[in-house]
Amino acid sequence: MILVGAAADIPVGESVRVQGSVAIAVFNADGTFYAIDDTCTHQDASLSDGWLEDCAVECPLHAACFDLRTGKPSGPPARKPVRTHEVVVDDGQVFVNETVEVGAEVAGVLGEGVR
Amino acid sequence: MQTIAVVGASLAGLTATRSLRDQGFEGRIVVVGDETHAPYDRPPLSKEFLAGAVSEEDLKLATPEDDELSAEWRLGNPATALDTGDRAVVLDDGERIVADGVVLATGARAKNLPWNLPKGVHTLRTLDDARALRDELVVGTRLVVIGAGFIGSEIASTAVGLGVEVDVVEAAPVPLLKALGTEMGEVCAGLHATKGVRLHTGATLAELVGREQVTAVRLSDGRELPADVVVVGIGAEPCVEWLHGSGVDLDDGVVTDAQGLTNVPGVVAVGDCANSHRNFLGAPRRMEHWTNALQQPAVAVSALLGGSYVPPAHHEVPYFWSDQYGHKIQFAGRRTESSTAEVVEGSVDSLDFLVLYRDQEGNPEGVLGIDRARSFGRWRRQLAGRLPAGR
Repeated sequence: MILVGAAADIPVGESVRVQGSVAIAVFNADGTFYAIDDTCTHQDASLSDGWLEDCAVECPLHAACFDLRTGKPSGPPARKPVRTHEVVVDDGQVFVNETVEVGAEVAGVLGEGVR
Repeated sequence: MQTIAVVGASLAGLTATRSLRDQGFEGRIVVVGDETHAPYDRPPLSKEFLAGAVSEEDLKLATPEDDELSAEWRLGNPATALDTGDRAVVLDDGERIVADGVVLATGARAKNLPWNLPKGVHTLRTLDDARALRDELVVGTRLVVIGAGFIGSEIASTAVGLGVEVDVVEAAPVPLLKALGTEMGEVCAGLHATKGVRLHTGATLAELVGREQVTAVRLSDGRELPADVVVVGIGAEPCVEWLHGSGVDLDDGVVTDAQGLTNVPGVVAVGDCANSHRNFLGAPRRMEHWTNALQQPAVAVSALLGGSYVPPAHHEVPYFWSDQYGHKIQFAGRRTESSTAEVVEGSVDSLDFLVLYRDQEGNPEGVLGIDRARSFGRWRRQLAGRLPAGR
């Protein structure tokens, strides 16, 4: 588990970046915390710098949108999903449980053939 | 509508095709492209692809899901005429595609010098252009780039990273003068210096030296810059010659309203070839911005189908980006001759800052960020507040 910080320090609509095996972005979307890989699958950009709207984040460079709940891109230009990670809030502290099986996760999402 | 022809198979054409299906069109779609390649992404051609960091496979725009578009592709078949009488697109092999609706998305091509060109002189617009240039940019090569616009500056940035000796020639006193103004143009001039690229401003080209193979570039002031490779980056022009005489209004591209509708019923235009009215600018403007090619088609397709799609307001704020010398440059909105630039975050000296362009009343009308993606995104949305009500 990776300690992100105090929940109170991440206001609604804000995000922070923490380091797992890769950089991970943690978002507070209307009081619910979500974690996804920080690097956009389209081109090198940090999703924690992106624009949060409902349960989606828009990449700050090229406007690719990802669903924070599934990691799936909701439109071009991204073609591949980002990994999602479990977030645990315990006693006011936010933790991320990094998803380990990279390959399996990505293959599973792609297999559903979502546009 | 039974059949829709999409003329142009790059980002705007592919996005128009996706939008047609997303918006419920179930008829026949024929996509016409002059290049033989399936749709690919152009921005990396001057950056990651030229640097060898991404492959041709990485450039592909289509996804496996795009198979479900069930479009008929005519790649390597340029359109040669539009017969507005029966709304037929005529291809170079003689095929006539009679359609109920036509999406014009033929893009733009790189301008070139109007001379007989020796070997070693390139433009960069297509995948084939990028392959040819990449093959020549080897360590120790001397490259002269004509034009310090976005393409020229990005190529200079990539080339110096490959160990190439780079000179950049720019006619204006600073790079990107029109887009960013003098002050910020000077900042961009400074970016070249950070990696040892020699920028020659206020310099115009007199001739290319070398009969078979280019050996140098001679400037109007008599200076001669040795060159093994020359890249001409002097802008692009819309690919609309094929529409001359068709009845479609042309003026620096295809003239359209804010939705992309042309003067001919059933014909819309999108992307780099469209000189569309822009609500944000209150005026027509042809835009060669990737984001425009991505976002404009949904609006135009909706207008073609009689739908009611309304894009998010910030889609109407012009936006472009450039990657140079390890810095991400982003611009949104507009800058005019009367705009004033103010640094509101960071510092220019550290090349990490946000600049607001204000109009004569002091209201923000444009934003420029270097390595400030997060706050840039906020300003880009705030600028949408300038849009006229009921757009």
